[in-house]
Amino acid sequence: MSVDIRQFHQVYFEECFEGLEIMESGLLDLSIGAPDAESINTIFRAAHSIKGGGGTFGFRAITDFTHVMETLLDEMRAGTRQITRQAVEILLESVDRLRGLVVATRDDTSVQQADIDDTLACLQDLLQDNFFDASPRTSTPALNAPAATGWRVHFAPHPQLFMTGNDPARLLRELFALGPCTVVCDATRLPARAAFDPEICYLAWDIDLHAPISEAAVREVFEWVDDDADIVITPLGLLPASAETAPFLAPAPAVDDPRNSDRRQLDRRLGERKERAAGGGSSIRVDIEKVDALINMIGQLVITQSMLSELSVDFSPHKLKDLHDGLVLLERNTRDLQEGIMNIRMMAISFSFNRFPRLVRDLSTKLGKEVQLKLLGETTELDKTVLEKLGDPLTHLVRNALDHGLETPAERVASGKPACGTLTLNAFHEGGTIVVEISDDGTGLNRDLILAKARERGLLDAHGHPTEAQIYQCIFAPGFSTAAIVTEVSGRGVGMDVVRRNINELGGSVDVESVAGRGALFRIRLPLTLAILDGQLVRVGHHVYIISLVTIIESLQIRADCLTSVAGQTDIYRLRTEYLPIVRLHSLFAVDPDSDDILKGLLVVVEADGRKIALLVDELLGQQQVVVKSLQTNFRQVEGISGATILGNGTVAMILDMNGLVRLCREDSDHNPLVHATPKVA
Amino acid sequence: MNAEIARATAADAALGGQFLTFILNGEEYGVDILRVQEIKGWERATEIPNTPDYICGVINLRGTIMPVLELRLRFGMEAIEHNATTVIIVLRIRNDEGRERTMGFVVDAVSDVYNIPAAEFQSTPDFGGQIRTDYVKGLAMIEEKMVILLDIDYLVSNDDAFGDAVTAAVDAVAEV
Repeated sequence: MSVDIRQFHQVYFEECFEGLEIMESGLLDLSIGAPDAESINTIFRAAHSIKGGGGTFGFRAITDFTHVMETLLDEMRAGTRQITRQAVEILLESVDRLRGLVVATRDDTSVQQADIDDTLACLQDLLQDNFFDASPRTSTPALNAPAATGWRVHFAPHPQLFMTGNDPARLLRELFALGPCTVVCDATRLPARAAFDPEICYLAWDIDLHAPISEAAVREVFEWVDDDADIVITPLGLLPASAETAPFLAPAPAVDDPRNSDRRQLDRRLGERKERAAGGGSSIRVDIEKVDALINMIGQLVITQSMLSELSVDFSPHKLKDLHDGLVLLERNTRDLQEGIMNIRMMAISFSFNRFPRLVRDLSTKLGKEVQLKLLGETTELDKTVLEKLGDPLTHLVRNALDHGLETPAERVASGKPACGTLTLNAFHEGGTIVVEISDDGTGLNRDLILAKARERGLLDAHGHPTEAQIYQCIFAPGFSTAAIVTEVSGRGVGMDVVRRNINELGGSVDVESVAGRGALFRIRLPLTLAILDGQLVRVGHHVYIISLVTIIESLQIRADCLTSVAGQTDIYRLRTEYLPIVRLHSLFAVDPDSDDILKGLLVVVEADGRKIALLVDELLGQQQVVVKSLQTNFRQVEGISGATILGNGTVAMILDMNGLVRLCREDSDHNPLVHATPKVA
Repeated sequence: MNAEIARATAADAALGGQFLTFILNGEEYGVDILRVQEIKGWERATEIPNTPDYICGVINLRGTIMPVLELRLRFGMEAIEHNATTVIIVLRIRNDEGRERTMGFVVDAVSDVYNIPAAEFQSTPDFGGQIRTDYVKGLAMIEEKMVILLDIDYLVSNDDAFGDAVTAAVDAVAEV
């Protein structure tokens, strides 16, 4: 009964990538000098899982490399090593190397062994240093010192070892990796063939490991089987010393329990962070809630289906109504399922954003700039395909902002700005689109230089008076660059045109705002075609509209004493200390409300265009997640409407666009002063 | 000889071919059958605010949002109550730039499918200033009946309500 272990490789590689991302973000968050035990543990566990898996599958290169990292991390975890900037730097580099190793192992290609060795040497150096720095280690026995020439390991697994999924051969192999070993197998427990149970471990081993390593490193190998085996580790030089060996029998370093909880913890964190393997393009990690919802839907579908087949057993005409009801239900189930599946494709933009802390950190160090990165709106969801294609343009813009936009600390101070520059990535839904803004507080675009270059290249008329926007659009022309020198980071003039092309391919647009000396802002707009929105359903007459929940501040019943009118026409509602213009949705959309009496309606206070308005509706219905569908595909953009969606009953409902509504009100009040509309507030 | 046939076939493809006809206020209209995606029963559409009255709204066509047009109102005919024969003909519309859209057209009833060779086409007579005839491709006599063949692309593309003007503007911006 041989199992083809290769079928698990893919899973292992994905776990590796996840683990690497955890390590990376953990390292970035690690505050120098004031370590947070939990975050070091997290990093350590990730490294440990990678190493363990690598050992199981026999990926020596991965195991060996990770082992060194792990040793360093273990010392940090135990508090015997200071967390220095240098150490974090090297660990980050190691993460990269390890990623390279994993990719190489996966694709069966070779890696730059020299790079690996370099990093490994750095790690070793760091480890060696420590032996001088922190020689009297109080926490572990003095025998731990490298003076011991080797260790004798008595490894006697409990009979049920195999049940927990452990393989002694793997452990032994791992031990061999530490140094030359001599192994004596103790087969005395082996029963007669008749009584032999293949699922019980009968063997035990005595291993002499001849290598000057720490006891912790040896114990490490057996960490996962600590509860399932008797393990005695004694230094070779001291044999026999049975009395003294006793303390070493002590349970494993009580840091963490073995793999199960380890696993769970990892999974939980993964769930929280919705991390995704960077390399495994063929799979996605889906929020468990979404999967649960799908399972529920399938459950309902099965129930409906069995109901229908039961109905058909002895069908008679008087059951026609039941049949019809059943079919309606089936239709609804199917539709729910369809939407649920679409929902799976939606991912938070943090997948894209998460790579930037590292990028910014590395790049700013390289460029000698101080940069603080701010990420906003990370939970904004968008379609996976859109998300993937967004990655490269975003990276380009961020690199550009770091290289060209932000100044060096000296320059910044000279121009009266704080030495540390700020780079902000912000994502949000607006008017039927997803907007991603990349802004910096650097020098801004050099308008005159761009204009000159554009004229030189014939992009702009030499004598015309182009608008700011037209000038800035020139930077998206292929091969356009104002950089005097080509740097490693940017300046070759490729990039911005790629940015624009990629975004246009997605049906989006990119535009630039810039204030000289104050910074630049790149705004990417992407269509919301597949985006999901948390919506509040409201009813006006027999129409149902959807308002994005994030725009709603509150909803309230109208109190007559809070109503005021201005010039006898426009209603103003006093809400605590604020005066809000009332927008009557029914008159804006020319539909019949339940009643003309404003007191019978409800007000939904929303934020639009940076201020608050109160929408008058007849009734608040439920809240639900809706899949935004474009009206433009088959029709056109409609002012005040950001899109449409299909409700549970199969009908279409319009999604309101608050900014558009405000514009609509203004037009209305311009053309027709009798229409109740929002006043122009200065 | 061969060239002649080829030319005739090409002309056939351009003008003649199979047409789906439908009834509107007792008159029979035809559209190129290759543009017909499906015919479905009438259902209530969700109104789109601030659009002309001949746009009924949008319906859910298996997950896509499709606008529905009341052809009677579009042609300035009187509205009638929808009944059992009222159907929505789903057509694929192409504009000059090759953009394809799916739209539904509410008609009184579906009539028939005819093979109309190009030779039987008659050019549109001048109806006088009141009625626009741009979207009439031609007239054809079939079994003593007159069928009005519609240029459905033209009908939609030159209608502001469908926002082709808007699209053009957006494209123009993108070109900059």
